Amino acid sequence: MYKYRVLFALILGCAAHAAAAETLDGTLKKVKETGAITLGIREASFPLSYLDAQQQPIGYHIDICKHIADAVKAKLALPKLEVKTQAVTSQNRIPLVVNGTVDLECGSTTNNLDRQKQVAFAPTTFVTNVRMAVKKSSGIKDLDQLGGKPVATTTGTTSVQLMRSHEKGKNIDFKEVYGKDHADSFLMLETDRAVAFVMDDNLIAGLIANSKTPNDYAIVGPALSVEPIAIMLRRDDPQFKAVVDETVKQMAKSGELTKLYAKWFMAPIPPKGINMNFPMSEPLKALIANPNDNPAESFKK
Amino acid sequence: MHNYHWNWGIFFQTIPSGDVTYLTWVIHGLGWTVAIALSAWVIALSLGSIIGTLRTVPHRGLAFIGHAWVEFFRNVPILMQLLLWYFVVPEMLPAELSRWVKQDMPAKEFITAIVALGLFTSARVAEQVRAGIQSLSRGQRFAGLALGLTTWQTYRYVLLPMAFRIIIPPLTSEFMNAFKNSGVAYAIGIWELIFVSRQMVEETGGQVFESLLVPTVLYIICSYAANRAMAYFERRAHVPGFIVAK
Repeated sequence: MYKYRVLFALILGCAAHAAAAETLDGTLKKVKETGAITLGIREASFPLSYLDAQQQPIGYHIDICKHIADAVKAKLALPKLEVKTQAVTSQNRIPLVVNGTVDLECGSTTNNLDRQKQVAFAPTTFVTNVRMAVKKSSGIKDLDQLGGKPVATTTGTTSVQLMRSHEKGKNIDFKEVYGKDHADSFLMLETDRAVAFVMDDNLIAGLIANSKTPNDYAIVGPALSVEPIAIMLRRDDPQFKAVVDETVKQMAKSGELTKLYAKWFMAPIPPKGINMNFPMSEPLKALIANPNDNPAESFKK
Repeated sequence: MHNYHWNWGIFFQTIPSGDVTYLTWVIHGLGWTVAIALSAWVIALSLGSIIGTLRTVPHRGLAFIGHAWVEFFRNVPILMQLLLWYFVVPEMLPAELSRWVKQDMPAKEFITAIVALGLFTSARVAEQVRAGIQSLSRGQRFAGLALGLTTWQTYRYVLLPMAFRIIIPPLTSEFMNAFKNSGVAYAIGIWELIFVSRQMVEETGGQVFESLLVPTVLYIICSYAANRAMAYFERRAHVPGFIVAK
């Protein structure tokens, strides 16, 4: 009896081993089984991921994610792959990726070491500089002019932390005010509750472009921080990560990324036909020439 | 969530670019939550008692003021009221005063929050006070007046002492609500528990569960403490043989 049991276990073991070499795992397995992939989208991360006038998600990162979905479709030979979208916020994006609600988060997420404990990132596709928006009439050019003045930023963002380090480093004291979202923070600047709004430059450029009087505002000062923004996926999922990495690298190499960048940052975009006029930064050019998923910490000077 | 990376030790770690721990933040946040709730409750109880009483006095004009107050503050969501006080009301002031309120007024966010929450809660307290007064038999009012007391004295010595005892249970709920509703203050940038929780999610790189669960437990403790405090007060104020049991 014992002999048979050992033999049986051996056969099972071999079979499992042989199967593992070719079966799908993680996200790809899930997508194959369900016939659907879910993209996490942001509603107002201009122009990476936002909603158009018909409430459809569009943007630079949405376009890249669609390319990745196509690659998954080809890899799994699933011509009818359904691409679903799920709105996420800066608060719930990580848990929704971790728990499987979202397979690919196509928003504006900074890739940093702390987050890499929970999730993985595609090669960096955008680089943001944390700077500040001011009213031109204020004549403010630098953060150091803001001691004792109210400075706005948004709750639950890295900018809160950056301002804290800056205050400590330069020994100045802002009166921080916090908006619950970027629109509220911008409203603080607009209504003179704050004299400056510190945030990712692409986001403030978007808010300014969409404001009532875009010419009244300017983005000034040196970058408080330079951060790689990337598409987010689940950790420890090598098969899916390989497809994502391969697709993004291919897009970088073929010039597709540069073309998409021009489409979203250098030309009129929906819903108002505004041109962000936001030329590609040197760090992003370098990343497109040599794609990688290094975290923000590796960007620090 | 089998692949979530739990880390309860996070509360003892130092925040990035600072010398305090996340625990310090949480304690700080708890302090603001308690301060907002208690201050707003003082406003709510004082104004609510006046407005609720006004709704029962035999005077049309005063009753109307009470009515309008309750309907306005009760029918608009608290978050909306807070944002109105914060963004809209200052714009209606004269330019110089408006600038002062927006930039230089001391503790401007805190004052805005306790005014908004205090007035919102006052409408609800007023309804309870009115219900308490109206639940007394009409004979009490008549008896007071027949004794030669003025309307004011009838309220002060006959009606209100009983009405307030009767409404301690619903007031308890309202006091507990003050703690829970104080959470909206994050929307205007006060570092109370919800703000701390959101900022922790961000700065810890996504320790979402720890950052949400600890404030949750603290809210439960605060509300329950408010409940026990009111229960103690209810026992102390108890008039033997009258309505309230025990």
